[in-house]
Amino acid sequence: MKDVLTTCAYCGCGCGLYLHVENGKVTGSMASRNHPVSHHNLCVKGWHIHEFIHNSSRLTQPLMRKNGKLVPVSWDEALDFTAENLRRIRDNTNCQGLGVLASAKCTNEENYLLQKFTRTVLKTNNIDHCARL
Amino acid sequence: MTGLATTFGSGAMTNSINEIEQAEVIIVSGSNTTEAHPQVARRIFDALDNGAKLIVIDPRRTLLAEFAHIHLDIKGGTDIPLLNGMMRVILDENLVDDLFIEMRTENYHALRDMLFRLDLNKIADITGVALEKISAAAQLYARAQKAVICYCLGITQHVCGTGNVETIANLAMMAGHVEKEFTGVDPLRGQNNVQGACDMGALPGVFPSYQAVNNPEHREKFERAWGVELSPVPGLTLMHMTHGGPKSPVRGMFIMGENPVLSEPKANKVDQTLKELEFLAVSDIFLSETAQLAHVVFPAASFAEKTGTFTNSERRVQMVRQAIPPIGSCRPDCEIIMSISERLGYPMDYESTAEIMEEIALLAPTYGGMHHDRLESSWGLQWPCWDREHPGTPFLHKYYFSRGLGQFIPTTHQSPGELPDDDYPLVLNTGMVYHQYRTATMTRNSVTLNRECNEAVLEVNPQDAASYNIRTDDMVKLSSRRGSITLKAQVTEQVGAGSVYTTFHFTEAPINELTVDTKDPKSKCPEFKVCAVKMEKITT
Repeated sequence: MKDVLTTCAYCGCGCGLYLHVENGKVTGSMASRNHPVSHHNLCVKGWHIHEFIHNSSRLTQPLMRKNGKLVPVSWDEALDFTAENLRRIRDNTNCQGLGVLASAKCTNEENYLLQKFTRTVLKTNNIDHCARL
Repeated sequence: MTGLATTFGSGAMTNSINEIEQAEVIIVSGSNTTEAHPQVARRIFDALDNGAKLIVIDPRRTLLAEFAHIHLDIKGGTDIPLLNGMMRVILDENLVDDLFIEMRTENYHALRDMLFRLDLNKIADITGVALEKISAAAQLYARAQKAVICYCLGITQHVCGTGNVETIANLAMMAGHVEKEFTGVDPLRGQNNVQGACDMGALPGVFPSYQAVNNPEHREKFERAWGVELSPVPGLTLMHMTHGGPKSPVRGMFIMGENPVLSEPKANKVDQTLKELEFLAVSDIFLSETAQLAHVVFPAASFAEKTGTFTNSERRVQMVRQAIPPIGSCRPDCEIIMSISERLGYPMDYESTAEIMEEIALLAPTYGGMHHDRLESSWGLQWPCWDREHPGTPFLHKYYFSRGLGQFIPTTHQSPGELPDDDYPLVLNTGMVYHQYRTATMTRNSVTLNRECNEAVLEVNPQDAASYNIRTDDMVKLSSRRGSITLKAQVTEQVGAGSVYTTFHFTEAPINELTVDTKDPKSKCPEFKVCAVKMEKITT
């Protein structure tokens, strides 16, 4: 049993909250008393943020479309197929034919890596996210 | 955020969230704060307890508007004339902060000339707000010592979104309400890390820290750091990538944790464009509407299963800490990107996310002092944070604006892209509810939140309800020139006569199949807040 201090993943307020972990599962969340934004308080989304983590409809393995249907495959197969297709389209379209969407839900580090990957490997500046929405 | 970048030089909240508590006058424009930013709303209520005065600018009678001292219930899309009217009053009443304008800004005369040409009676007509109310609000704001303006997507999601923001900046500078604690202009960012994603250069025209890709000096710096040649041509924006249809130059896409099929305007066109792609890979935690169209779907780790940082609306960079190992065979997005990159001959061997942050600190000046060890032992740091010793910046533009002098940019009224007419007589506005979030990929998979609110309702004014013979819980068909949806009606005075309002969370009532894709030419932000619709009662 432990409580892990982290940052809420919903809105731009950025509350500090503790995730309560029991037997390897997140079972609750709690406001941080001293955090400058949350100050011992969370909104209804923050209090229930643990609920989606272990939801049974979470994706747990890579999927690939075969005969029109998404079926489970190994990580290597999914990654190889993706790399192959990105390479093919990049080379066939003179680096104009690929687009990447990053995410306002993901971390800074992930967004940084994705834009670096887009610019260095896919060789395009076609990267954006839903900042305008 | 383009509007604040051109006027102030930095597109972010100028204050910290806590500072709102101490303001004397608060203007809230185009933000349903109690639903979308509960912690900010809490600060506003605290300020009211301290005796602050609240001015709400919103076509709807939101919960916050109930508490407002002055509610300016404008017609949708008339923010610019209203704010210009307020500035004209400030000018006429001689409440302009001349010293601030002289020392810290430029181009004021252009604004003043434009204001002198305004006819206040005409403004009252356009906005639908009585002149006395406009005048009272303007004087309240200008006479205060400490005043903040909070705004949200009700300002930016218009065809004139950039103009709206520039007008807000003009008003704040004219009254000298920037540069100080408890005083400023605060765009409330919708998502947990939308600020960070922008800061990190997940944008077509800029590298991390807003360094332009077409600036040779900036490009050379990144070419040296990354060891490859980089394209000087700014890329395509999101709407260009997802609305291209069969003729789009984009043949393949990689989408990380976004759901454009539900979140974008004219959604059926997005659906069509993505289906036409030769290849689509999506990484997400749930099989979203977008992931269902993909050729490959990667199961990503959620925020509880990885380490990293988020940047909140007040520019505070904070740690996200791993609580449990990834469930199933999920992997953090960093690992997924590194695995693909390696297969394409560009290995990125970072041992931890802390190491990635070290590289960010080297290349992005505003993040220069952001290191995981510092963030671990504090409540995070607010950028700009130039180096390891820098304590971070709670409020911006002290002594000088990020761009040097603050720039006044006079703006004039621009009509929304689509106005009601005989065929489509009602104005549709869209927004969010407290218990759900964005396209609801996360919230709809949360038992409690779903119990509280699990369907879209259409808010209808009692007058319109009477003329259409509609009661609460009746099913109605709502149509625009682009599509139609069916949903339940709710009769309420929260919306004005002639307007209807609903939320964009629910896949059963995908409201963005109705919205227009007219967008602001500068920020490319679509106009979600105004489009023309018609309503029909469904009789069974």
